[in-house]
Amino acid sequence: MTADNSSKRDWETHPPYNFPAYTSSVARSPRQPLIPIKHRLLERSAPVYGHESVGPLDNDLTKNGSKGGEPLGERIIVTGRVLDEDGRPVRNTLVEVWQANAAGRYVHKVDQHAAPLDPNFLGAGRVVTDEEGRYKFYTIKPGAYPWGNHANAWRPNHIHFSLIGNTIASRLVTQMYFPGDPLLNFDPIYQSAPVGARERMISDFSLDVTEEGFALGYIFNIVLRGRNETLFEA
Amino acid sequence: MTGKLLPQTPSQTVGPYFAYGLTAVQYGYANTQIADGAMAEQSLPGTHIRITGRVLDMDGKVVPDAIVEFWQADSQGRIADGKNTGNSRFTGFGRQGTGPDPENRFVFNTVKPGKLAPDEAPCIAVIVLMRGLLSHLYTRIYFDDEAAANATDPVLQTVPESRRATLIARTVALNEYRFDIHLQGADETVFFDV
Repeated sequence: MTADNSSKRDWETHPPYNFPAYTSSVARSPRQPLIPIKHRLLERSAPVYGHESVGPLDNDLTKNGSKGGEPLGERIIVTGRVLDEDGRPVRNTLVEVWQANAAGRYVHKVDQHAAPLDPNFLGAGRVVTDEEGRYKFYTIKPGAYPWGNHANAWRPNHIHFSLIGNTIASRLVTQMYFPGDPLLNFDPIYQSAPVGARERMISDFSLDVTEEGFALGYIFNIVLRGRNETLFEA
Repeated sequence: MTGKLLPQTPSQTVGPYFAYGLTAVQYGYANTQIADGAMAEQSLPGTHIRITGRVLDMDGKVVPDAIVEFWQADSQGRIADGKNTGNSRFTGFGRQGTGPDPENRFVFNTVKPGKLAPDEAPCIAVIVLMRGLLSHLYTRIYFDDEAAANATDPVLQTVPESRRATLIARTVALNEYRFDIHLQGADETVFFDV
């Protein structure tokens, strides 16, 4: 089987580059059509960032930024599986996450939102998927925050995710949202993904994942492009 | 493309606040990062090169909050993906934000990649992410001192001749190349639907 059969980015799933409701996309999107290429080794491979790239506290954002105290806010658990389009687990793959604190403030120096930083919260973590493609991390539910896109614009609660997967062609940077968030209806970044696809970015609340007396649980499954092409290469 | 069981998860922008998560050391945050612009230690075999560039928007303004990622073979054309015979001292992956540099450049110190196949020219796969970009972009860096190899490279040949120059890094000093990424305009960089 040739590289022609490799999975393509599904443009009925992903946002268009130029999405004027998201103001900054206009000046930062290409105007020429993308040029399709057949996958060669460079596109069919990816760097290896497995368990050795993750420290002991990297999957616990309630602890990895602690200066001796507990971060403020609602403790949550986020877990799910990373799968390919054929439903196969993407094993031993790195998941990088970052987010605002409970007050809606990022540690990033350019964030000027007048909400407090939390001395015990950094808001960044890393986790590697297991044999079933499963990942899990502990964190604080991120707050909503205002931004300058339009009048009275607020980002819904969200956690940023970055994955590479089995090939650089499966690279995905996305955002996980929370069920029932009223701001989703007003957020051009969320709405940049087509109806029918954008809902896949909303996590599910799960009482099974919830740890009694400790933290609420959310499930966020991620489907990366691609199939296990190595099966066909022999 | 038929028979897919599961639909892909949509892409979203990396946003403006990625630095303490993805490029923490480069930006001076108290966190680690998996990769940076220093891809090759000095003793690594091969021609050590530096590639610098800027990301430019519609108005030709420099983008100060982009992330650029490199993925490449080592000097002998080996990919360190864990399946092929890689070089254990060279991951082949680099990541740079454009914020810290005074000119908002990305700066990669690496080795010049070897050919991955006899008919392919040496090249680096590049992934571009930034606030305002809802889905990452793929491009490739070729080298201006590889004209013969470039002339037969199958990917470069799929690009209209008038736009090929946007994919070719320009020698600016010994072993130092320049590669600017233009999001729009007459020199718009070729981006691939990978």
